[in-house]
Amino acid sequence: MTLAIESSKALVQYRFSTYELIPFAVAIAFYFVLPDYLPLGTAICVTAIFALSLDLVIGYAGIVTLGHSVFFGIGAYSAALLSRSGWGEPVSTVIAAAAVAAFFALLSGPLLLRLRGLPLIMVTLGVASVVSEAANKLSWLTGGNDGLPGLIFDPVFKMFAWSIDGKTAYLYALAWLFVVLIVARTVVSSSFGVALQGIRQNELRMRLIGAPVLSQLVAVYALSAGVAGVAGALYAQSNGFVGLEALSVDQGVFALAMIVLSGIGRLYGAIVGAVVYMVVQYTAQQWDPYYWMLAIGVMLVLVVRFSKGGILGALDALSAGLKRRMETRL
Amino acid sequence: MEQILSAALFVLLYGVSYGLVLFIIAIGLVITMGLMQIVNLAHGAFAAIGGYIAVSLMNAAGMPYLATLCAAVVMVVLLSFVLERLIYVRLYGASHLDQILMTLGVNFIVIGAITILFGPNVYPVKLPGFLQGSVDLGLRRFEVYRIFVICLGLAVVVCLWALFERTSFGAKLRAAVDNRSIAQVIGIDVDRLFLLAFGIGSGLAALGGAVGAAMLPLEPYYPMKYLMLVLVVVALSGYGNIRASLGVAIIVGLIDTAGRLLVPAFGGFVIYLLLILLTIWRPDGLFAGRAP
Repeated sequence: MTLAIESSKALVQYRFSTYELIPFAVAIAFYFVLPDYLPLGTAICVTAIFALSLDLVIGYAGIVTLGHSVFFGIGAYSAALLSRSGWGEPVSTVIAAAAVAAFFALLSGPLLLRLRGLPLIMVTLGVASVVSEAANKLSWLTGGNDGLPGLIFDPVFKMFAWSIDGKTAYLYALAWLFVVLIVARTVVSSSFGVALQGIRQNELRMRLIGAPVLSQLVAVYALSAGVAGVAGALYAQSNGFVGLEALSVDQGVFALAMIVLSGIGRLYGAIVGAVVYMVVQYTAQQWDPYYWMLAIGVMLVLVVRFSKGGILGALDALSAGLKRRMETRL
Repeated sequence: MEQILSAALFVLLYGVSYGLVLFIIAIGLVITMGLMQIVNLAHGAFAAIGGYIAVSLMNAAGMPYLATLCAAVVMVVLLSFVLERLIYVRLYGASHLDQILMTLGVNFIVIGAITILFGPNVYPVKLPGFLQGSVDLGLRRFEVYRIFVICLGLAVVVCLWALFERTSFGAKLRAAVDNRSIAQVIGIDVDRLFLLAFGIGSGLAALGGAVGAAMLPLEPYYPMKYLMLVLVVVALSGYGNIRASLGVAIIVGLIDTAGRLLVPAFGGFVIYLLLILLTIWRPDGLFAGRAP
């Protein structure tokens, strides 16, 4: 009963609303108002895409993974290696990197996604640590500790060269964020997306009505890995460098922090979370590079302790409260 | 032949001492995860805090080694009582995701605080005179420190066994774990019991961090770095099985030491690979019986 109600709500929720243009309007305004901060803006777009990929698996399908950094790293290194081997066309590089990441998810998914709860959390964390350690050892492929510096990519659509002021990179990353968001929206509002929410809410019931739970989970895992791969490839392209920190386990943990800070399972939460997180990180790092660890820890504890739905959840509650007050007054 | 025997003895001594330190650190997590159903990813932070307190007391205040160990344990137990009342009490019965996020948050706070207080590099440990040097045990010489760790580890094992099997506290705790509501019905104050168990677990983590500081170097990232090893001990021992966790910790210690000795290039992560496969193979624990 509640499942049916929530599902119909889920469908209504994904009707297009004009509010959804706000983030992009803000992003375009940012381009004109704060041109000095475009590299930060690019990093925010890349991070938002990665957080969005994590929201797909955690927020919608309920797969709690701490190892998503692996797919970000695979995307980043794939793009870097393609560029090293002479293929510099940026858009096809991103698509290829996404495909490689999705392929690894298809391979590992059927094994990992049988696990639930604690074992899943630990195994994903373990896989992420092993992969980053392996990349460190395989220095003939990954450059080890030195990474792969000096990556060069062709101009986007053969027209827009990668400029030093970061204008191309920013608009390019923003365009990818838009594309990814459209794809993610379409997927979560499809019947497949609703089935995923069903699995999150009551897996047993979904099995009983004959849903192919494992293959649906693997499908969304691969899709999400592909999106993470896009983020990784954009990271490589915008920085011109890929190092071991692209594979660092922290990436996955911090992305989790972002979507929880702003509200899990609502896609736009990933964007708001990425903005808040990156701005806090940027400011704290200006102050002292180590303070931001402290800041993010305090933010996490406060959000879990006081606000269930994160920043957007708190805004929802606020607007609902205002609405109720208005109605009683009328 | 003698060389092989000597190497085997080396692996045995180093592996067992390493395993026992892991056990001392992990046992608290075994208690919180198994008994209280809390995924406490900040457990490593208690070990790190214990280690830093002990070493800084020794370096700065010149306290004797054994006194610093006691001080570290007492301070961390007090800290854990405060944190349990402030933070962890909200997590009983919360979702895994909430528990992970909250405890990771605590982890980050500790990492940040350690970096600010002690700097980003490895904090050097100087063992006291009576633990330096080595003794001849027939085939080869061994560090006194390792032997001390083994003795201390075994003492902890015996104390824990006595605590859980021979005291009413242990009996109540086991009852509360088996069936929390029935335990409450017969008048056991489960909340207080959990608070005490949490304190004991955190204190032992601090002891492990302090004693093991020469094995597991103290650095700001300590809480995350050794989290995986500790978690694996908890998982493979079947979430809450204290006896099994001793066995698993020693196996992990032995395999890791042997891996580093035999394949130095990849020794660091042989253990992780193996443990992931074991966890996928037996998600309910290494020694768990087949599900009925």
